Order: sequence, then structure tokens, then C-alpha cells
Amino acid sequence: MTDKKVDKVKVIHGAGGKAMDELIGGHVLSTFTNKSAGMIGLDNLDDGATIEGHDGKTLVLTTDSHVVSPLFFPGGDIGRLAISGTVNDLAVMGADPVAMTSSIIVEEGLEMDVLDRIFQSMEETCKEAGVPIITGDTKVMEKGNIDKIAINTAGVGVVNQPVTDSGFSPGDKIIVTGTIGDHGVALIQFREGLSFKTKLKSDTAPLNHLLKLAREAGKITGMKDPTRGGLAAALNEMADKSNLGLTIYEAEVPVKEAVTGVSDLIGISPFNVANEGKAIIMATADTAEDVVGALSEEPLGEDAKIIGEVTEERPGKVILETEVGGRRFLDAPLGDPVPRIC
Amino acid sequence: MKFKFKDKERARQLVGVIEDYVPDRGIKIVHVCGTHEVTITNNGLRSLLPQEIDIREGPGCPVCVTPTRDLDAAVKIAREGAIVTAFGDMMNVPGTDYSLNDLKSEGADVRLVYSASDAVEIARSTQEEVVFLGVGFETTAPMTAAVLAEDPPDNFSIIPSNKLIPPAMASLMELPKNNVDGFIAPGHVSTIIGCQPYEPIAEKYEVPIVVGGFEPLDILYSIALIVKGISTGSPTVENGYPRAVNYGGNPRSQKLIEDVFEVDSGLWRGIGRIPASGLALRDEYKSHDALVKFDVDPEEGEDVLPNCLCPQVLTARATPDQCGLFGEACTPDHPYGPCMVGEEAMCNIWFKYGGRPQL
Repeated sequence: MTDKKVDKVKVIHGAGGKAMDELIGGHVLSTFTNKSAGMIGLDNLDDGATIEGHDGKTLVLTTDSHVVSPLFFPGGDIGRLAISGTVNDLAVMGADPVAMTSSIIVEEGLEMDVLDRIFQSMEETCKEAGVPIITGDTKVMEKGNIDKIAINTAGVGVVNQPVTDSGFSPGDKIIVTGTIGDHGVALIQFREGLSFKTKLKSDTAPLNHLLKLAREAGKITGMKDPTRGGLAAALNEMADKSNLGLTIYEAEVPVKEAVTGVSDLIGISPFNVANEGKAIIMATADTAEDVVGALSEEPLGEDAKIIGEVTEERPGKVILETEVGGRRFLDAPLGDPVPRIC
Repeated sequence: MKFKFKDKERARQLVGVIEDYVPDRGIKIVHVCGTHEVTITNNGLRSLLPQEIDIREGPGCPVCVTPTRDLDAAVKIAREGAIVTAFGDMMNVPGTDYSLNDLKSEGADVRLVYSASDAVEIARSTQEEVVFLGVGFETTAPMTAAVLAEDPPDNFSIIPSNKLIPPAMASLMELPKNNVDGFIAPGHVSTIIGCQPYEPIAEKYEVPIVVGGFEPLDILYSIALIVKGISTGSPTVENGYPRAVNYGGNPRSQKLIEDVFEVDSGLWRGIGRIPASGLALRDEYKSHDALVKFDVDPEEGEDVLPNCLCPQVLTARATPDQCGLFGEACTPDHPYGPCMVGEEAMCNIWFKYGGRPQL
């Protein structure tokens, strides 16, 4: 039984929760020493990093690897996910995406047709976002050495004033751009073969145009995309980094009825599962309504709502005021309850 | 108007009733069901209640109370080459040396099932011996009884570990300095047994017992009835969940249990033996008793782990946050005691949703 004590990488270490924080803090940040090329670097653990460019402009760089099972799911596929994920990481930094790279590792034996469908989906998503793929790499591994395909994308954007995930102040409102939990719950439902009469779909989408409208409509003080670990993980990260309290009103958080139903049935919380087409936005109290107004005119933001506010109470913590009026901490999940979804 | 199970206004009204009736002293209300604990913590109900009211979970998690002896028996039988089947949560509970999952990674044939009938299906498809670890309360006992009553194949047997809730509630009242002032009786169990079995307890120990449902308003309603019972000095049994539970319960399920099992003393992990709280197989079903079939010596394993507060938590004498291991040496990812393992287990639920933070 002694081999149980040997520290090994587990699925949960990649799930966006506390276990992943331990991996990054204890193994990544502690090893590397040269970690910054601008205001925001690796140590900030934000969605991307900044590079002080020439001509006074700031560049934002981000990268993301994608593995998802199954490759095609209701509402998306690994190609759409690989583009959206990186575009959204740039967009929540307040940046306009300029260009992307695509690096693919394929398993020997994958049908060419499957690869073509993935490429086609990447092409369509790039068009939607208005971002070119300007360089790439392809590797093939022997059968059994990787599961079908893994895609890494990197993206560069430009920004005048980077938006971080911690720059907000007490009194600012917390906005979510739409219903939460759609991606994670749609994947669970599809994977487990749960057949309900609901047509749950992943929300995978590039958000750069939507978030640009938000930036123009009000004063944005913080943004983050709640992917792995869901809204709970993202809010806790924001509370922790800003050392401010976040209060969320459960009754105001938009959740599709079907998502609530499936979540209740299988015993998970929509707060803890991934979104791939949503953003959390902090805006000043006097402009928050304008931001929501601008968002809700767009299809990707039609369910946008103010769900809470930034406070000085309980620094570093997220407090949930429940639908029945109770209060409890909304903690970050240990990991996403659904592995391999992004 | 659409009726909502989570209605802030109705919740406020119920809390008003509770505040009107709550006595000036601290009172301890115990529920006996993991699903109740999830509703309470997930909805932050403790923060709505007057400080005088302390709500605790008793021995309501089937995984937590399954004795090490039965787990060790399953481990031993799996080692002898039989296919051992169990509910998902049971797989991670630490036995004396091994959990079933540990054994699985060593190559033993241990399989997760959702019911005893899944295990019978496996038995019908193989020549191998198939053993089902039959844990749970009155809610799972009828399902296990049903498959045994329907003449399962000879290669199917169970480790009988089903338990009865009312005797466990009575046993809490016998513990010194436990001071339980009222019980929320488990809704699911009560759909089977009805309300009558709680009456002798309410009468003998003079505590109100209210059968409770699983929505936050159900829980607040049950608490309101309990504090009313305490303050008016009428400790009776009331049905706070009439949309699912009737007074007599489900006679067909009761008969199934009675036909297949006989009441025996039950061994509860962390609590010990409780008279008339276990279900043993009747003689005519002994050929499906895995302990007999595999001649497993029923020696009692180590139920209490050093420094683990599970026994106190399971008997409502401590809350998870009072345990020095909670959240540090004992987490859902690396459970030390059984109360951190299952979805129904109090430490696991408190880890996920927090307990009673002063918010």
C-alpha cells in the first residue's frame, strides 16, 4: 500500500479547482523564475499576459490546450472550443484578438473526415470571431499514445487598458453574460446517455464582439470567463486575488430550467460546471445597467443579468444569498465534477 | 401563481413562526438523512434560524454506518475470486486495510451497481459467484428483498447489512448527555414505514418527531412543527411531508422486508450494536447469505479510527468542524473517516457547502 503515498498527477489536477491551484502554485510557479514581459505575467495567473509593445500599445498573449470527449457534442466540437477558448481569454483581458496559432497532436488512425470536420469548425469559428490563424504545427502519435486529438491554440491581442480579474472596487456590480452551466451539463447529459426531452446545448462561442460592446457601454473593472470549475471557481479566484468580498444573489443567477433539472437529478451544482461562452463582468454601479442593456441586445448576451456586488465584507470570500434567503459561502469546487470537457 | 418550493416570502413566514415558538434555551434538533443535510447546508438554512436552534445530522448516512466487519467481509470474498458488487459511495469507504476501490486497482472484480437487481443481472450472465453488499435503510431493503423473493440464481448472494432507522433514533436518546430535543424523521424511509414506528419513541422520550420532506420549505415547516411541539409541551409524531408519506407507509414493501428478513441486532460503524436495528436473512434465504456461503468469520473490524470524530458526528454529539482532521487530513479527495466519503455523509456535505458560518 505504500505506493499510494507517491504523489501522482490525477485528473482532478486539471479540473480548475483547488487541486489545480496546488499543482500550479507548488510545481509550476515555484520552478520557473523568468515569468514576466510586461505588467501582467505568469505569476498573476490571469487569463493571459501582457507584453509592453512599441508605439505605446500593449499586447496580450494567451494559450490554451483542448482535450474533450466526445470530439463532437450538442452545441459544439473540439474545433469550435479551441478557437473560442483562446479568443475568450483575450477578450476578458479587454483585448481585441489580432491573430492565432494552432498546434495539433493527432492519433494515428483518426479518420481524415473527422479531422476535416474539426478544421471546418475552426474555420467557421475564426470567421465568427474575425481572427486569422497565422501559423501552426501538426504532430501524429502512434495509435494508443494519445486519445484521438489534442489542440493547442495561442492568441495575440491588443489592448489600451488591460482588464484584470481583480481590478474592481467595493460597490461595483457583478454581471454574468448569460445562463450558467450549459456546457458542462450538456456534456454530462450527452456522455452519460441520459435521455430527457430537453435539448441541452453547449454554449461554446467566441465572445470578443460581445465584450467589446460591454466595454463601450460602461466602465468595466474586472472580467473573467468561468470555464473549468464554473462560476464558483471563477468568482473565488476573483475574490481571492482582489482581497474583496463578493456577494451573489442565487435568485438572480440565470440558469436554464433543463440545466437545473439535470443538475438536481445527478447531484451536481450548475455553479460548479464549465461554461464556454459566458463571461463574468464587474462594472461600476452607475454603468452596470447600461452594460447589461448593451449585452442583452445581442444573441450571445440576451440573458445577461446583474447577479451580485463587490463588498468589503469577508475579504477573499464569495457569499451566496440563497433563493430562500439563507446565506452560505460559495466555495470553489475541489475540481470540476466533469473531467475532460475543455 | 406557480407554487415555488424555494419561495423567499414563505421561508420568511416560516422563520417567523419558528422565532415565535423557539424557547429561551438552546435546543438540538436531529435529522437522520443525508439528503436533509444537503438541503439544509446548500440553502444556507442554518443562517436563517435563531441561534438557539442547533440542527445536526444523526446516523443518516448508510455508507457511514456500514461496519468495517461487513466491508472486510466483502474484501475477503473478492479476494477469493467472487465478483463483488456495491453502490458507488461504498467503493471508497476505508475498511480495516482496504477499500473496495483499492482492491479493484489490484485486479479484483469489484463492480459498481445501482441496485440489487443489477447484481442479479450480472449473476445471470456468468458462472462466477456474484455477491452484493446489501447496505442501506428501509428504503433499499425492499429492493434487495424483492430480488431474493424472486428466486435469484444460485450463484447470487448478499452480505446482509441493511439497517433500521427508528431503533437508531431511540439509541441516540439513550446516550448520556445527548439532549436531543426533537427529530426530523427521514422522508424517504417514511414512505416505506409510515409514521407509526416513530410513536413509541416520541412517547417514551417525550420528543416531537416530524416526518420531513426535502425542499427548503419542507425543512423549515418541519422545524416549525418541532419547536411548536416543544414549546406547547406536546411531543407527538406529525407528518410534515404528506404529499409523499402516509401514516401506514407502503404495506407491500413492508411485507417484502418481513418475508425475506428478520429483525436482528445491528452493528453500526462508530456506534456499536443497537438492539433490533438490523436485518438478517430468514432461514429459507440463508443459501443466498454470502457470509454463510463463503464461511466468512464474522470478526469485528476496527470501526473507530484514531482521532476521527465520525462516531461523535454520527450520533449528533459533534459537528464536522470540531474534528481536527476535517478539511486538512480528511477531504473528499482523500477521506480518512467514513463521514467524508459519501454524498450523504455529513463531513462531505459540510466540506462542499460549509456548515454554519456566522454570516
